[in-house]
Amino acid sequence: MAIELYRVDDRLIHGQVVIGWGHPLALRFIVLVDDNVAGSDWERELYRMGTPPEVDLYFETTESAVARMPEFAARPDPGLLLTADVATMSRLCDGCTAIREVNIGGLHHRAGRSPCLPYVFLSAEDEVALKSIAARGVRVIAQDLPASDPVELGDLLTKDGA
Amino acid sequence: MTTSSSGPGVSGPRAVVAGHADFAAALVAAVHRITGLGGAFRAVSNEGLGAPEVEVAIRAALTDHGAIVVFTDLPAGSCTMAARKIMRADPAVSVVTGASVGLLLDFAMGPDVSAESLHRAVSRGREAMMVFPAAGAAGGH
Repeated sequence: MAIELYRVDDRLIHGQVVIGWGHPLALRFIVLVDDNVAGSDWERELYRMGTPPEVDLYFETTESAVARMPEFAARPDPGLLLTADVATMSRLCDGCTAIREVNIGGLHHRAGRSPCLPYVFLSAEDEVALKSIAARGVRVIAQDLPASDPVELGDLLTKDGA
Repeated sequence: MTTSSSGPGVSGPRAVVAGHADFAAALVAAVHRITGLGGAFRAVSNEGLGAPEVEVAIRAALTDHGAIVVFTDLPAGSCTMAARKIMRADPAVSVVTGASVGLLLDFAMGPDVSAESLHRAVSRGREAMMVFPAAGAAGGH
């Protein structure tokens, strides 16, 4: 089964992830890739408390995530990998050719970001990075929840408005 | 996104209610309809907000409302994560997850925002959750 979903979500672990995706995918593990969180005992504990007890939670830096990807891929149960930003996901795609699809699940309004969807605001740097990911043959879609229609990258970048 | 409930004249315990979509505003409206004490609460929605912005919204609501208690919906939700980060910076703040009408009613009618009052409100919220017919009862559904 391995990693079923590679998701960019600036809220990291929250309701849409553990409930909205977690239940239909029957998630048994989450790989949270964030250099800051990986280095903070307190933040790791915070996210661990937000994760259902039946779900294993791994905290990885970008570097350690790439190194452990074969181990995660070998797990027999379904998992989800999370990053808080596009840049981190792009670096993971650089180091791991097994990633075939990236889900933009939530990048919310912030200075320098423009609206594409109500839950996706992209900066110019984000757009460049997403195009770079897609150029490797990785499908990039925006989809907040399983029941939502996925929006392909080409359509996402031409959308204007929240 | 912050929704203001009626504010003036509130003399009892105060709190912020935060959650997904219109969850908080609906709970506060329900409490107000039942008791007239909706002004005890300030509602915050995480709609359209990233994690740092949720934290800013809850912090602003606490300050504006003179509150030190945050009720949230999901233990794993972004509002709970944000509230716990606020709590870490300000130990006077308390966070209660799994908010419900029953829980908020008890809090609003209570004397203060002490830990004892919060634990009692949580118990009342749990007690308000029932299944009919009860487990093991013969049913014809």
